Amino acid sequence: MATEKIAGQEIAFDDEGYLEELSLWTPEVAEYLASREGIILTEAHWEILYLLRDFYSRYEHSPAMRPLVKAVKQTLGDDKGRSIYLMQLFPGSPAKVGARLAGLPKPDNCL
Amino acid sequence: MSTEGILVMTRSAPYGSSAARDALDVALTCSVFEQPVTLLFLDDGVFQLLKGQSPSVIGQKNLNAVQQSLPLYDIKRLCVSTSSLEQRGLRQDELILPVELVDDAALPALLAQHRHVLSI
Amino acid sequence: MVLHTLNQAPANAACMASALNTITSEDTLLLIEDGVYWTLPAFASQLANLTGRLVALEADLKARDLKADAVESVDDAGFVALCVSHDKVVSWF
Repeated sequence: MATEKIAGQEIAFDDEGYLEELSLWTPEVAEYLASREGIILTEAHWEILYLLRDFYSRYEHSPAMRPLVKAVKQTLGDDKGRSIYLMQLFPGSPAKVGARLAGLPKPDNCL
Repeated sequence: MSTEGILVMTRSAPYGSSAARDALDVALTCSVFEQPVTLLFLDDGVFQLLKGQSPSVIGQKNLNAVQQSLPLYDIKRLCVSTSSLEQRGLRQDELILPVELVDDAALPALLAQHRHVLSI
Repeated sequence: MVLHTLNQAPANAACMASALNTITSEDTLLLIEDGVYWTLPAFASQLANLTGRLVALEADLKARDLKADAVESVDDAGFVALCVSHDKVVSWF
């Protein structure tokens, strides 16, 4: 576990970089975590991050890749509801990286 | 008869044990591995589907929240035993999701349709 | 062909009732652990509707001093053979 001071607030992360206290998430935290991943957040990223946060508040868990793609498709349309699009935004594992930046727990059912 | 996929049979009421949550987690995980999943709610398992649950008062996560995400995992077939509902005085409109009612006489065929049956 | 295993004592009659609902004449019901108490003659009437084959696990019978002469019993190798000879196993607990 490590803590970082972000925008004047002490924030604790677990060994994999997920927030220990979900309620402490702010957009500044997302910016900080993105920079550590080498990602510069654009509008395209933010709409996915907010979609992830909405998914979590509604369904009380972080989505695996399959339901994430489906949720994006339903909300943002067929062009964005594809794994290749999400891979470009959040390289590696969009479900895991997205959840991390969105201040959510690591997805349970993720490969 | 062709057999495919996994039937997750859940017979426990929610919150008294982790069984209900485990059944859901198994179903979600099967979906992630692209295995067709059917959920069968039998006996006290039908209580899992009551739609007005507020388990935060006993410090537990609401199953209803995860249940509502099942369509996003392409888990569309939720079977409920008609007799289990009737024995408990429950009606279909008290359940959180649309379900397929299954009579006792149809249960053997439901088991036969699936390659594996997992009881939780 | 389904092998059903049941490990609940007769006090949990609902478990047996649900199992019986799904057991066909091609299936086998294997009683294990406390499920072997169902072999007592006192409960025979509740099993009258069972159409499939009834088997009890030998070690669980012996451990509990149950004779169950009227019921077929299998040892662990027999348990494995039943698992292999049926399409799938469904557990009732």
